[in-house]
Amino acid sequence: MSAAADMAAAVIIAAAALWGALRGTDVFGAMLDGIREGFSTLLRILPSLIALLTAVYMLRASGALEALTGLLAPVLELLGIPPETAPLMLLRPVSGSGALAVASELISSCGPDSTVGRTAAVMLGSTETTFYVIAVYFGAAKIKNTRWAVPAALLADLTGFVASALCVRLFFGG
Amino acid sequence: MSKMWTAALVIAVIFGAATGRGRETGLAAFEGAGAAVKVILETGGLICLWSGVMELLRRSGVTAGLSRLLKPVLGRLFPRASRDGATMDALCSNVSANLLGLGNAATPMGIKAALGMARLTDTPGTASRELCLLVVLNTASIQLLPTTAAALRAGAGAASPFDILPAVWLSSAASVTVGLTACALFSRLARR
Repeated sequence: MSAAADMAAAVIIAAAALWGALRGTDVFGAMLDGIREGFSTLLRILPSLIALLTAVYMLRASGALEALTGLLAPVLELLGIPPETAPLMLLRPVSGSGALAVASELISSCGPDSTVGRTAAVMLGSTETTFYVIAVYFGAAKIKNTRWAVPAALLADLTGFVASALCVRLFFGG
Repeated sequence: MSKMWTAALVIAVIFGAATGRGRETGLAAFEGAGAAVKVILETGGLICLWSGVMELLRRSGVTAGLSRLLKPVLGRLFPRASRDGATMDALCSNVSANLLGLGNAATPMGIKAALGMARLTDTPGTASRELCLLVVLNTASIQLLPTTAAALRAGAGAASPFDILPAVWLSSAASVTVGLTACALFSRLARR
């Protein structure tokens, strides 16, 4: 599985280039434009990442994150979720760059191949910045009564978090 | 955001002082900024590369093809929107862009679909069943290749950055299923 997954990236890139060339697309031009777009996204998130990671590192060093983790640990352990991911789950629906900041800190401090590091990555990859999406879509459509959208979306997020922890344990043990 | 950030800093200082970790907290204030730049440097190349690949897929018609494939499925979920050509096209493009992780392309299409759905309803200001469904579909991540998460892992030296793929797919599927089921359930309750 792991070998196939590692190979997949190279295959996808080569297949995309070949398909584009066969279709007569300007392959290299499209790549460069996409890369440029990715680069401007990075530049856009860097300022908030600097500010947010400063706060995350201070919270971590002060022991406040540990206290929060300890407080939520009994509930999270019941759900099979590593308590260290509590700050990530709390931030994920609210702030995309905040979640990125917390996840990157968890992945580098616990290790990318640790249970906590993997769970953080899967959580980040299987959920979205829920409240941002809700604000953008309902704001654009001038909706005041959002009915069940918020509870349904949060229920989906919660499922994503529990499933992330469960899947990591299932596929990688630990 | 300002309030949250300020609160985080104040809590860190007070907590650090109270637990005798004031010194560590002070030193940590100088670490975060450098760590942020390091994360961007370590993951930036991969994120840019995939952004390029996805743009290539979009231009060579893969997004449009995926969009056509999705039409029958989405037509079932959104019977009312499917009767409006432009709204349905926007909806299909939104979902296919989301699947490919083209966030910048997905949002304008999603907003177009949302505006169309808001126009189709007879109760302005109140979200229709289908609009709720569209929003929940967009708040649940359906991205097939979680490139940012993989890039973070690669930057931290993971042995196999993409080995989380099956776990991400399964979690995403569970989350979307629960989101859609909750929508169906809530709308049935509301009708009563």
